[in-house]
Amino acid sequence: MATSPTAKVSGNGTSGAQRWKEMSKPEVGDWRVKGGLAQMLKGGVIMDVVTPDQAKVAEDAGAVAVMALERVPSDIRRDGGVARMSDPDLISGIIDTVSIPVMAKARIGHFVEAQILEALGVDYCDESEVLTPADNEYHIDKWQYKMPYVCGARNIGEALRRIGEGAAMIRTKGEAGTGDIVHAVTHARQILADIRTIQNAPTEELMSLARDYQAPYELVVEVARTGKLPVVNFAAGGIATPADAALLMQIGVEGVFVGSGIFKSDNPAKMADAIVRATTHFNDPDMLAEISRGLGDAMPGIEANKIPEEQQLQTRGW
Amino acid sequence: MVGQVNGVADTSGQPKIGVLALQGDFAEHIHMLGEIGICAVEVRKVEQLSEIDGLIIPGGESTTIVKLLGMFGFIDELHRHVDSGMALWGTCAGMIVIARDLADPYPTPLNLIDIGVARNYFGRQVDSFEAELEIDGMDGAPMRAVFIRAPIVQDTGDDVETLAVIPATDDGRPEQAVAVKSGRVLATSFHPELTEDTRLHTLFVQLAEEARTDASRRASLHHLTEETPSTV
Repeated sequence: MATSPTAKVSGNGTSGAQRWKEMSKPEVGDWRVKGGLAQMLKGGVIMDVVTPDQAKVAEDAGAVAVMALERVPSDIRRDGGVARMSDPDLISGIIDTVSIPVMAKARIGHFVEAQILEALGVDYCDESEVLTPADNEYHIDKWQYKMPYVCGARNIGEALRRIGEGAAMIRTKGEAGTGDIVHAVTHARQILADIRTIQNAPTEELMSLARDYQAPYELVVEVARTGKLPVVNFAAGGIATPADAALLMQIGVEGVFVGSGIFKSDNPAKMADAIVRATTHFNDPDMLAEISRGLGDAMPGIEANKIPEEQQLQTRGW
Repeated sequence: MVGQVNGVADTSGQPKIGVLALQGDFAEHIHMLGEIGICAVEVRKVEQLSEIDGLIIPGGESTTIVKLLGMFGFIDELHRHVDSGMALWGTCAGMIVIARDLADPYPTPLNLIDIGVARNYFGRQVDSFEAELEIDGMDGAPMRAVFIRAPIVQDTGDDVETLAVIPATDDGRPEQAVAVKSGRVLATSFHPELTEDTRLHTLFVQLAEEARTDASRRASLHHLTEETPSTV
């Protein structure tokens, strides 16, 4: 096997570079490339960080990506006021510090914040209900970007609407900043139950299901065919311990986001490390018991079921 | 026990292939192997290395995979099994993990194939792309290759053959190797598991079959298994 492909090509009079251009249409930012990055994150933990130092702690602990933001959700919840995209200086500082992918949040419908994040070289944009929505009616047209998007969802309809708009990854909304897992569990179970309903329906019922879920028909048909979302599905919103992460993994998500749960705990480096281990060995109770020992206090929580609906973050977006 | 040498099957008629399932797109590799009639296993524990003829380290985050490999005691055992002749294939992050050294200081790769690798060579996620690739020794149409924050092979040792390159570009980017092979160890910058093209998986199954029927490997594995203290 001495000849390289270029040598073969050069043999018939065309330069390697020319031939490469002819036979390739490198489609930067196309669907498979966008969704593909999310595939690479599977089985991993994505951690919220507010400084480059925290980003380094997250990377050293084995995070597959970091979410760069100015305040973690529990502080946003406590402080109130309008929560916006982070300062580009902060995001660039984190991008320069770590080699893992960097995500950042734009407000729902704020496509200019998204344009700025793309210009900064952010690897994934979270169009997030944790920030104050910029548009009460419309989400961002996510097809317009090379940068892939992750969006929150509480049920299959919401997930497929976001995918219809171009989201390449879905996460549960949960109730961010509470340290209470109950809504993430509810949303993950709801999405999986909806998928089973679609999968078990005879084909003539799919259009009615699409109507009921307010979801694009073509995507409902695809779910019926494959038995899963067309993109990767993570859990987010209230994960605070290794057991929380493993619970969601056993329920059937493909990875987890941890927001306030790490840097609001007693020992962030230890908690980060433990949640990474638990997400890999989510199905092994002996390992989970070992992993859960001596971590110190998890983040202080708020019981999510006692938060009045108008103060919930998950009801933002549709 | 007929047909078994300390857990290594030899009469099933096909090689046993594992996909490292610590993190990344291992499910896609298992699916691709299923398409060509191989029922692969998810490898999460180091003991499982004794039961397989070939291991795929999938795409994922290389820093995470290296950390988890160290955390769960894989590194020395991987060396012993690869030295004894087990087949190994790293895709994207997996290629970074098995490289001799990297252009950047972090993470520390395992040195299971004699190549130097540069991570995120083409840039950030917004620069990820797909392209057609001709693979040396592979019949048929060029392969559709998906490059996601992809690494490239910067230099290769004497025993490493280059199977595919990205040609030099007019703006001065030199030719870069993106698929290489050394003995039974294969490394690719891109993700065949994200396409429907099973040709590289078929090649890897052939390498694992060589490993399965390799009498000297079986002898050394027997020895190796005897020596390995049980962690159960």
